[in-house]
Amino acid sequence: MFDDFFTRALVAGIGLAITVGPLGCFVIWRRMAYFGDTMAHSALLGVALSLLFNLNLMLSVFIVAAVVSLLLLLLQKRGALSTDALLGILSHSALSIGLVMVAFMTWVRIDLVGFLFGDILAVSEADIDLVWGGGILVLFAIVYLWRPLLASTVNPELAEAEGLQPERARLYFMLLMALVIAIAMKIVGILLITSLLIIPAATARRFATSPEIMAVLASVIGALAVTGGLFGSLHFDTPSGPSIVVAAMGLFVLSLLPFGRKGEIETAIHSTHGGHH
Amino acid sequence: MLNFRDPDQKPLVLLNNAGVRRGGRWLVRGVEFSISRGEIVTLIGPNGSGKSTTAKAAIGVLKPDEGWVERKPGLRVGYVPQKLAIDWTLPLTVERLMTLTGPLKGREIEEALHSTGIAHLARAEVQHLSGGEFQRALLARAIARKPDLLVLDEPVQGVDFSGEIALYDLIKSIRNQTGCGILLISHDLHVVMAETDTVICLNGHVCCRGTPQVVSQSPEYLKLFGSRAAKTLAVYSHDHDHTHLPDGRVLHADGSITEHCHPDDGHHHGAHAEHGHADHDHADHVHDPDCGCGHQSRLQGLGNKETRRV
Repeated sequence: MFDDFFTRALVAGIGLAITVGPLGCFVIWRRMAYFGDTMAHSALLGVALSLLFNLNLMLSVFIVAAVVSLLLLLLQKRGALSTDALLGILSHSALSIGLVMVAFMTWVRIDLVGFLFGDILAVSEADIDLVWGGGILVLFAIVYLWRPLLASTVNPELAEAEGLQPERARLYFMLLMALVIAIAMKIVGILLITSLLIIPAATARRFATSPEIMAVLASVIGALAVTGGLFGSLHFDTPSGPSIVVAAMGLFVLSLLPFGRKGEIETAIHSTHGGHH
Repeated sequence: MLNFRDPDQKPLVLLNNAGVRRGGRWLVRGVEFSISRGEIVTLIGPNGSGKSTTAKAAIGVLKPDEGWVERKPGLRVGYVPQKLAIDWTLPLTVERLMTLTGPLKGREIEEALHSTGIAHLARAEVQHLSGGEFQRALLARAIARKPDLLVLDEPVQGVDFSGEIALYDLIKSIRNQTGCGILLISHDLHVVMAETDTVICLNGHVCCRGTPQVVSQSPEYLKLFGSRAAKTLAVYSHDHDHTHLPDGRVLHADGSITEHCHPDDGHHHGAHAEHGHADHDHADHVHDPDCGCGHQSRLQGLGNKETRRV
């Protein structure tokens, strides 16, 4: 069905972008960008462990990312170090332990660059099934968790007081992040996963009037970035993962341009203060 | 005057000797009160006195480390937290804020926004609201879900004086219309909502409790507040039998100083009858030499473990 490697890359990339759009929105609403980065960096440790113990690659990446996020929650509760210091320690430790372990395993040859920056042009049909299957699972879970997740993003105590379970929603959110990282690693690479989470969501903010619209827009913008990046990489013969990120950044810069903005601000002022006059 | 209180009915929430401890320190201890349908309870006290902690324990956000809190099964809470910062990156209109924790009918949203006087702001983004407008939006959100218990943590912060009167009038009418119980936290130590049934003054524990004095009956206050405000506001006169010293210890009316203050340590009004003077093991407090109860003198007592700062 997808004979051409480029078509496969496009289908897998678009599937991934649609999946990460809503998650990326929560990452920026909850100010968790660095957190996502830490989970993504820990994926290399997962890669090393999977080689060492001959485990399924995705499963081991998922487990390591999930464990790192739980570890962080525990350390946060102890409250000795600030969260960003903890994140810095965990993030680079996990990445470095992974690199060191890989270096020790002289009997395996792995494409380190492929893991760090992704190898979207090498995706197989099985990978496509995985991206779309996992993606649909993640999207269903997000829809199901939407209200408690959004309410606890605004204020966890408010959510809990009014009968929702913010802690549980947060735990599921971490697991979904770990799953997405496991899926995305092969496509955009460990170092670039967070950019695919954050940049489309940040671009969508400008045009969104509700959290739901922002989530959908983030998916659409992500898909556009993947498409643009892949065509750009084909045309200019540039690495595909970074090209996708560059395309996403291009869209973000476009969203900052002041077209239509004057009218927008006037409308906002009018709707906010109109009633006072 | 409507009477919502039914003696046969169980209270919505009941706190029994509840205490919350964080990082080895009691934020609040020995809190006892209940809220029934139609009742308004106001918590007052200085900053850090445990008002918000008490409210959070009452609604189950914090679990008490001692004592217990009992809520009516299926209790529906409407909560306005003291601080609520919504990140700019989250696009949220007032209308969308209303259904944050549960679905509502369009009519319910309209009614709630209308009764808080911000119907015209339905489509405004919450980040663009002024402090007072945001407070009204939060209140509208809490009442739209028709709660059994409305918990308002400093609902009049950032609201000017006439806005404060209007909000208190609104809270009163919500109570009158729906018969819900209301737990109100006030930043003002002396002026409370006139409709308050019970005022509880906290400072790490319950310092005193009582009913407010309705100012509309007193001509001086009437002059001070103005006739409209005098109907809504009331003055609470504290009845303290102890003073909180700057170092956190407590000076009792009988001259003794203790580390903490417990309702049953014998230093408090109403507890004197039970004060066991024969009980010489009573080490919970240290007395003045002249207090006459025959315990260790205060000077000797400074070496006592109870008086050392932990």
